[in-house]
Amino acid sequence: MEDTPFRIGDRTFKSRLIVGTGKYKDFAETRRSVEESGADIVTVAVRRVNITDRSKENLLDFLDPAKFQILPNTAGCYTAEEAIRTCRLAREVGVGAMVKLEIIGDQKTLFPDVPATIEAAKVLVKEGFTVLPYVTDDPVACKRLEEAGCAAVMPLAAPIGSGLGIRNPYNIRIIIEQAKVPVIVDAGVGTASDAAVAMELGCDGVLMNTAIAGARDPIAMARAMRLAIEAGRLAYTAGRIERKLYATASSPLTGLIG
Amino acid sequence: MPSKMSQVSSFITVQLNGEPCRIEGDSSLSALIARLNMKRGRIAVELNGEVVPKAEHDKVVLRDGDRLEIINFVGGG
Repeated sequence: MEDTPFRIGDRTFKSRLIVGTGKYKDFAETRRSVEESGADIVTVAVRRVNITDRSKENLLDFLDPAKFQILPNTAGCYTAEEAIRTCRLAREVGVGAMVKLEIIGDQKTLFPDVPATIEAAKVLVKEGFTVLPYVTDDPVACKRLEEAGCAAVMPLAAPIGSGLGIRNPYNIRIIIEQAKVPVIVDAGVGTASDAAVAMELGCDGVLMNTAIAGARDPIAMARAMRLAIEAGRLAYTAGRIERKLYATASSPLTGLIG
Repeated sequence: MPSKMSQVSSFITVQLNGEPCRIEGDSSLSALIARLNMKRGRIAVELNGEVVPKAEHDKVVLRDGDRLEIINFVGGG
């Protein structure tokens, strides 16, 4: 069965798994993990260059921007102004204009500041960015971001790095039903079954970092996630059976030995 | 002491990623980037709050007190 392509803005991707590059022990492990995950899109953070240690390796020496879509994030930003500034700088590096907009509203939960995110999205869209916003699993917030011109919406499954899985599958379903842009679950996935559930719900993709990088064997978990995303997507397109309260026999009820 | 005066004025101090950095006066942004051993395709520069397009790095001459931010990509989610 032919699946519909995974399209964000004017670009099409093979993999529906988007992976982060944080929390790995070194860039070599980052690269191996990304390759094993099969991801086409990888998120990165924007930070000051280390001036004192100039010999330091650069992440892009390990992840070829010609091979991967680099998705800079605005992690660490608490205001629309900071996030917009970060995106403008990120674009100037020269890896395209696709950005993950993330404006944190609370330090402890890392839940997003939704009004600030909408405000920043409007400015960034006007400036030609392809904006992928991290947002709460709130259908109205997702709608506002879509109206602001975002190329996708990325509701959280659970708090960033929590590994709690999809806390509100019904909200995610409502978001998927109403959205005309791709819905990508971002944050909260803990293990492969969580990723599969997201895809079975009908999500277009899943973005994760800690679930892979924090696993005892990140390379193996990267592969598990790739398979889970593929399995979940396939199950979604295959169309699952309805849930019933009582049994229905799988074997014929006639021809029993007497 | 005119000789000392001229020596002082040939150097300037800019704020580079929040730290004072003494460089030769009339340095271009490109010259500073080269001196810091940075690859142009790996970084982006903001001068006094404004992004500087790569095409203008040669033309921009740094002044005493300029605030520079040079960023690159690091691991993140």
